[in-house]
Amino acid sequence: MTTAILIIAGIGLVAAVTLAVADKYLSVREDPRIGLVTAALPGANCGGCGFAGCDGYARALVAGTAPNGACAAGGDACAAAVAKILGVAATATERRVALVRCCGTRSEAIRVGDYNGICDCNVAAATAGGDKGCAYGCLGYGACANVCPKHAISVVDGLAKVDKRLCIGCGKCVTACPRRLIELVPASATIHVLCANPEKGPAVRKVCGVGCIGCHLCEKNAGGKEAGHFVFQGFLAKVNYANPPTDEQVAAKCPAKCLAVDPHVETGH
Amino acid sequence: MSYYLVILVGAVLVNNFVLSRFLGCCPFLGVSKKTETALGMSGAVVFVMTVAAAVTWCLDHWLLQPNGLGYIHTLAFILVIAALVQFIDIAMKRFLPPLHAALGIFLPLITTNCAVLGVAEINCKQGTGFFESVFFSFAAALGFGVALLIFSGIREKLAHADPPRCFRGIAVALVTGGLLSLAFMGFSGLVKLPY
Repeated sequence: MTTAILIIAGIGLVAAVTLAVADKYLSVREDPRIGLVTAALPGANCGGCGFAGCDGYARALVAGTAPNGACAAGGDACAAAVAKILGVAATATERRVALVRCCGTRSEAIRVGDYNGICDCNVAAATAGGDKGCAYGCLGYGACANVCPKHAISVVDGLAKVDKRLCIGCGKCVTACPRRLIELVPASATIHVLCANPEKGPAVRKVCGVGCIGCHLCEKNAGGKEAGHFVFQGFLAKVNYANPPTDEQVAAKCPAKCLAVDPHVETGH
Repeated sequence: MSYYLVILVGAVLVNNFVLSRFLGCCPFLGVSKKTETALGMSGAVVFVMTVAAAVTWCLDHWLLQPNGLGYIHTLAFILVIAALVQFIDIAMKRFLPPLHAALGIFLPLITTNCAVLGVAEINCKQGTGFFESVFFSFAAALGFGVALLIFSGIREKLAHADPPRCFRGIAVALVTGGLLSLAFMGFSGLVKLPY
C-alpha cells in the first residue's frame, strides 16, 4: 500500500518536474503581439481575409506580410484596434455585404423542369443545368446558405436572400454559388439591379417576369450616361458601386421591376 | 517476419481498434467530417500510441511489476501518458515545427484517449516483449487511422445525401459506423492470431 502510494506520487512528481523543466527550457516564446492581435480580431475564422483563420491572419499582420484592414468581419473598429497594437496605420475599409443578384421568385421566374434531387444548387446545376428557365438566376437550393458562417442567408420562395445586419462579407457564398450571382457590395449602397441575365430583352422576358431587359431607362432617369451611375454588360444594367445612384425614384421607374431599393432582409436568426 | 505480418494484419483488419474493439470512438466520430483532419488525427495517434506503448512497457516491466504493483497500472498509465503527450507537444513545437503545425492541435485531444490507454492495457495483459508491444501498438494505431480515413471518406459523401430529417448529422453517421464495423467483422478468421 505504502509502496503503491509512493510510486504513484513519485511518477507524478517526476512528470511534473519534467514538464516544468521542458516548459522553461524547451518552449517557444512567441511574439506576445500575436495573441493580442488574435484577440482583437473577431474570431469567426471565416477565411474572408485569405488566411486559414484569424490566427493565421494575426501572424501575417505581426510579420508585416498582410495589410491591416483585410478583415471584413471586424470592419473599421477591428482594424483600428489592430493598428493600436501594432503601431501602424489602419487602412479604412468600407463594410461589404453579399447581394444575390436575382429577384426571380417561383411565381415570377418559370421552372422548366421538376427537380427532385439532392437539395444543393451545385448538384441541381449539374443536373441538366438546373430546373430554372433562366440560366443565370438563383436556383434556390441554398448552397450559399449552407456555407454562411453567420446564418445570414435564407431561401424564401425559391430565392436566396441576405440579411444585411448579419452578413460579415467573408465571401464564402460568392464562391459557393454555381451561378456566380452573389456579389459583395458596399453596405451603404441602397439601390441594386437584382438580375444577372445579360441576354436580350425578349429572351429574358421568356423565362422571367422580373429580369433586366437592358432598356437603359434607369440610366436615363439617373442623369444619363455622363452621370455614370450605371454600367451595362450586354443587355444587363449594373450599378456602378464606385458612384452609386442616390435617387430612390429611379428604382420605382424600372419597367422590369428588377431595380430595387435595399432588398436586404432579416432572416430572423 | 511473418509473425510481425500476422500482428499487422490482425491489428489493422481483424481486431481493428475502432471497429471491433470499440476503442477511440470519440475521435472516430469527432474528427471524421473531413479527410484532411482525419489524416492529421491519424498521424498524431500513430505517433503517440507508438511512443506511449514503449514508455508504458518500460514502466510496467521495470517499476510496477518488480514491486508487485501490477494492479495499479491503469492509474500509472493515465498519469504517464498525459504527461508524455504534454512533453511531446512542447518538444515538437521546439524541434519539429512543421510536424507540430500538422499534428499540434490533435495532440491535446488524445491525451486521455481510450485507444492510447487501451493499447497499453492490452500490451500489459498479453505480456508480450518490448518490440512486439511497440509494433502491435503501431499496427493498432495504423488500424485506427485506416478506419478513420475510410469513415471520413464516407462522411464526406454522406454530407451530400438527403436522409430523413430525424437521421441527419450524427444519427446517420452512427448507423454508417455500425455498418462499417459489420463489414470489418468479415475479416475475422483471416489470420490465426498469436494471441
